[in-house]
Amino acid sequence: MRKKKSTFINMMVSLLVITLISGIALGFVHDLTIGPIAKAKLERKINALKLVLPKFDNNPVEELKLVRSEQAKDSIEIYPAFFKSEFAGVAIVGSTEKGFSGLIKVMVGFDPNGKIINIVVLDQKETPGLGTKIKDVKFIQHYINKNPSSFNLKVTKDGGEVDALTGATISSRAFSEAVQVAYDAYIKNIDSIKKSEN
Amino acid sequence: MADTIDQKQNFIKGIVKENPVFVMLLGMCPTLGVTSSAFNGLGMGIATLFVLLMSNIVVSLVKSQIPSKVRIPAFIIIIASFVTVVEMMLEAFIPFLYEQLGIFIPLIVVNCLILGRAEAFASKRNLISSVIDALGMGLGFVLALTVLGATREMLGSGSIFEIKFVPEDANTFILFILPPGAFIALAYLTVIFNKVSIKT
Repeated sequence: MRKKKSTFINMMVSLLVITLISGIALGFVHDLTIGPIAKAKLERKINALKLVLPKFDNNPVEELKLVRSEQAKDSIEIYPAFFKSEFAGVAIVGSTEKGFSGLIKVMVGFDPNGKIINIVVLDQKETPGLGTKIKDVKFIQHYINKNPSSFNLKVTKDGGEVDALTGATISSRAFSEAVQVAYDAYIKNIDSIKKSEN
Repeated sequence: MADTIDQKQNFIKGIVKENPVFVMLLGMCPTLGVTSSAFNGLGMGIATLFVLLMSNIVVSLVKSQIPSKVRIPAFIIIIASFVTVVEMMLEAFIPFLYEQLGIFIPLIVVNCLILGRAEAFASKRNLISSVIDALGMGLGFVLALTVLGATREMLGSGSIFEIKFVPEDANTFILFILPPGAFIALAYLTVIFNKVSIKT
């Protein structure tokens, strides 16, 4: 087969055909994957909720509340949990841009008294092996069962009570801040969260 | 054009004589960027292998229909389409790996290894040679990234494929997990690889 000559028409037609085919193919794959992608994201959220909340029998994802905060760029997600129509706790997604490589997003579970039940890191881009240790149980242990009203969330270097990770002070500091954002949202919205009881 | 090349040689060259990472030093961006662990290296390698294979197949099939003046944009569109497919598939079915590789998946588009093979090989050869070339080169890339990832993970985190072999509190060479460690590890591995492959 001889190679097509580079005439204007030939070039136009061949590029048009290639882009057309690839566009159609991509649209097709997009339709194919959009369902599984949404499902995978939801599953991750539900798994995180189960980790940070006490026993609940409602669907916190359906009762999601979004509130705005000056501390975070995105609105803060609040997932209230109820057990037998009693307020059981709440999961709040706090985030900060002050991580070593930007965004850190954590989901913090609070019990009705404001005590931290558990924390799950949803999103982070920290240095592997250093900053990523904020995901380890050993580090999160510092926060569990503490009530931020009496427990200073800052790292010890900033006058707080959390031992920063060795070599990852910035990550630890950002993590603390994200938790603080979640707690502030909790205090600010506590009444409306409890009222959403059905 | 008749292909008279030896297919076995064609396959092996991608792994040893013309290894894309250790000999040709192609695709350095993902090589240095994602190989902080053996698993990441392997995942990136396989994603690249898939894109390389598909783009070589398509380029080799449509080569006579593409006027030579627009061949580069045409190749890039083909490659970018497959990369987008890989990205969506990973997000849908292997979300864990998708999060780990992050920005480096869309960057496969500009991996010069893939464009290089399309331009230098697939656009001149028949389908079978192109497939074998893609498999050889892709496998060479997978192996190189996995070895580099494993080396950095062993030195930097004291584990391999996330299985720890040092105590939890042991001090490891964190440097090797960080970007400078990627350069150092790559340099030493390149030296060793070339020393060994020249001898044989």
